[in-house]
Amino acid sequence: MTEDSLPRIVGFLCKWCSYAGADLAGVSRLKMPASLVPIRVMCSSRVNPLFVLKAFLSGADGILVTGCHPGDCHYQDGNYYTRRRFALTQKIFKELGLEADRIRLSWISASEGKRFVDVVTEFTENLKTMGKNSIKAEIFL
Amino acid sequence: MAKPLVAFYWCASCGGCEEAVVDLAEDILKVVDAVDIRLWPVAMDFKYKDIEAMPDNALAVSFINGAIRTEEQEHIAKLLRQKSQLVVAFGACAHLGGIPGLANVANKKEIFETAYKLTHTTANPKGVYPKTVTEIPQGKLTLPDFYDTVKSLDQTIDVDYYLPGCAPPPDLIMKAFTAILEGKLPEKGAVLTVDKALCETCERNKSKPDKLVIKEVKRISEVIADPEKCFLAEGIICLGPATRGGCGERCINANMPCRGCFGPTKEVKDMGAKFLSSLASIIDIDDEKEIEKVAKSVIDPIGLFYMYSLPSSILRRKQGVV
Repeated sequence: MTEDSLPRIVGFLCKWCSYAGADLAGVSRLKMPASLVPIRVMCSSRVNPLFVLKAFLSGADGILVTGCHPGDCHYQDGNYYTRRRFALTQKIFKELGLEADRIRLSWISASEGKRFVDVVTEFTENLKTMGKNSIKAEIFL
Repeated sequence: MAKPLVAFYWCASCGGCEEAVVDLAEDILKVVDAVDIRLWPVAMDFKYKDIEAMPDNALAVSFINGAIRTEEQEHIAKLLRQKSQLVVAFGACAHLGGIPGLANVANKKEIFETAYKLTHTTANPKGVYPKTVTEIPQGKLTLPDFYDTVKSLDQTIDVDYYLPGCAPPPDLIMKAFTAILEGKLPEKGAVLTVDKALCETCERNKSKPDKLVIKEVKRISEVIADPEKCFLAEGIICLGPATRGGCGERCINANMPCRGCFGPTKEVKDMGAKFLSSLASIIDIDDEKEIEKVAKSVIDPIGLFYMYSLPSSILRRKQGVV
């Protein structure tokens, strides 16, 4: 498979859990598709809906937001904020005629290297069946 | 000395902005004294050809209200740009796209279907729709083309200043007039009001609890709002935190929550996304199912978060329908 045929996923990974989880996947030498462009954020709640929209308009085929499991947030309740924001963002996404399945929220802890690989693999497969993001033609920002 | 020449024009708007000029009351006499109005379709009889005959930059300033929806509006906006030294986007529709901009959730075909066929009061058995050219025995009849997408004024022509509001309050209009006449203008592209959120000056902000949390979203039609309390503290969505202030809190004083007609503050690119973010922060629910419920209870999120700003949001319109 060539690089081009892989979907492009922009991933916002929280520093405390998911990014460490991704690291663990790396040091454990687990294999996963090279579709993810990881961006480390201090907390998943740092991800403004605008980041998601911007990544999407800039041509990302999928957006993955990951954080600590509910109850495990390094900042007590950041991931709860994320969850609410995400629910509303998905709603707006649908209303604006975008495919809500192109954005995904997952909880991945620092010890779940395997889960990180599974999430990325599964999301990549889903995006493959959905095809390329068709609205990246015009960027207004 | 000759008085500066001024034009007023309306594009896709309701006429409220024209009303706002008249709302200047006695002050309008000062305006009329100081300037020479050369175009104002709603109130005075001038012809487009008078404007076309002018040399470029002959008009000191054009106040254009309304969004750009048709070919004719685009044409006149471009004409006025060519003939004017300054163009002021007057009111929310010219500034952000406004209420007519909500039509960006549909396209021309869907709008025509609804307006000329599907409404209960319409009888149109032959399916007649407006056409740009219609041949009749006496000759050709023409209508301006109707676009799929509504645009704000600055997406069509270069705009120098913005007067925000639906409609702009008289004190801001008068301030803008005075500033233009005296040549005391801010940098180009400025919105002629303050650059702080509405909550900053809102009286009810004092009643806001230290930690603002809500359990459910209520619609203003379902409750009687306490005239002293912060709307958000009561669970009523108020766009104050994401909206530029300076409007004089006219809605708040009438016990109605802010709907965002002044648009976002300077640094905000997408008002709806910004507000959505702040709203999510105050909903105090951790259970996943309950969150779904609250998300569902936000009826018509586009009409709420992007009421005045859909064409100037980063997506501009609903995707996949044109």
